[in-house]
Amino acid sequence: MKVTIDQDKCVSAGSCVMAAMDVFDQRDEDGVVVLLDPTPPADLSDDVHQAAAVCPALAITVED
Amino acid sequence: MTTPIAAYDIARSPGCPFDPAPAMREQSRQAAVSRTRLWDGSTPWLVTGHAEHRQILSDQRVSIQPANGTPRLNPGEAQSTSHAAPSFILLDDPEHARLRRMATGAFTVKRVEALRAPTRRIIESRLDELVAGPNPADLVEAFALPVPSLVISELLGVPYGDHEFFQANSRIIINRNSTGEQRGAAGQALAGYLDGLLGQKLAAPADDMLSALAARVTAGELTRAEAVGMGVLMLFAGHETTANMIALGTLALLEHPEQAALLRDSDDPKVIAGAVDELLRYLTITHGGLRRVALADIELGGETIRAGEGIVVVNETANRDPSVFPDPDSLDLRRDARAHVTFGYGIHQCVGQSLARMELQEAYPALLRRLPTLARAADLDDIPFKHDGFIYGVYRLPVTW
Repeated sequence: MKVTIDQDKCVSAGSCVMAAMDVFDQRDEDGVVVLLDPTPPADLSDDVHQAAAVCPALAITVED
Repeated sequence: MTTPIAAYDIARSPGCPFDPAPAMREQSRQAAVSRTRLWDGSTPWLVTGHAEHRQILSDQRVSIQPANGTPRLNPGEAQSTSHAAPSFILLDDPEHARLRRMATGAFTVKRVEALRAPTRRIIESRLDELVAGPNPADLVEAFALPVPSLVISELLGVPYGDHEFFQANSRIIINRNSTGEQRGAAGQALAGYLDGLLGQKLAAPADDMLSALAARVTAGELTRAEAVGMGVLMLFAGHETTANMIALGTLALLEHPEQAALLRDSDDPKVIAGAVDELLRYLTITHGGLRRVALADIELGGETIRAGEGIVVVNETANRDPSVFPDPDSLDLRRDARAHVTFGYGIHQCVGQSLARMELQEAYPALLRRLPTLARAADLDDIPFKHDGFIYGVYRLPVTW
């Protein structure tokens, strides 16, 4: 699984952190997404897909 | 096709206070994208399906700026929202993103987690006062309104002692029946108030959001008017919405005792978070209609929305879409409701959603545990629901314990 993010699109909703906090974090100053793990382990697959699905700005892409 | 276009009406049925308006439900059953007739005779598009809701709100070819011709849902609405909050909520990107990012730092998941313990203390002390006071009591006045007001006051750096002033003006802003004049005056009153506070923070900064905005003004990143507009938005959106959700959510839980028990007896943060999201979905207090206008021709749900045409996007029917939420009309705190759109969708999705979620995750369980015999002290029919609000809720909730 490979995760990519688009920080320009991000609107800092924080949904991805709530869905998969081991994979996503936020910059302190403006809450923009930070990718902690671009190749998360398979057991986080559901959480990561959930994070991508709830992102209101379509800023997260997941390739299986 | 000469089917008459149904009038836009979000008023919920008295017998089903938790469900979307009957006419809106009927229309959503027939088509995910249709037309609606507004008070002024205009017939913008009405988007009621879940997939279509998300698709149109994440389309960069729609605008939220009133000057581009977004629909006016009420006579009093013309330009009035911009008086109340001349901020990023009525701007398109890139200006929207520039301003929004000046506010988002205060609502990161980490920052909000740091507010959990203080919020818990606020909740406990309000509950102490509630139990020490008269029984029955109005849960809105005694609990639902003060808790988020105290939290947002602390976060923003607004003296809670002024709560009657800012709550009264916020109520006018979100009332659908307010005239443009009334809403403008309320917005001006809040803006004048926030401007005064901002002046104080410029002179003597503290550790709060208004001081952070003041620092941006000093740094030349934000005009004073932009900072004030943002403060107004945070203040009214930060307490009215959550207050309505606490009160209406509690009422829904009282109507579903087996669901309330689940929330009361669980100490698993995931279960509690899931329950809160389901309450957000089921109740969809943000039923005021999201207004957009197409800037280009857009294909949506088998229809073609032409450039220049208005669009009204409906959260409450998207949240009852059976293709996403099986058996959508039942409140089921165990379901996965995270795909709900109560906070909207797209670039304008609620900036304070993590704060709202945290407050609700703390408020419901604390209330249910502290007052295990909590019950409504009035007939359901006698409870005054906010049928006139952009944000739904109850004006009063008499309870006993």
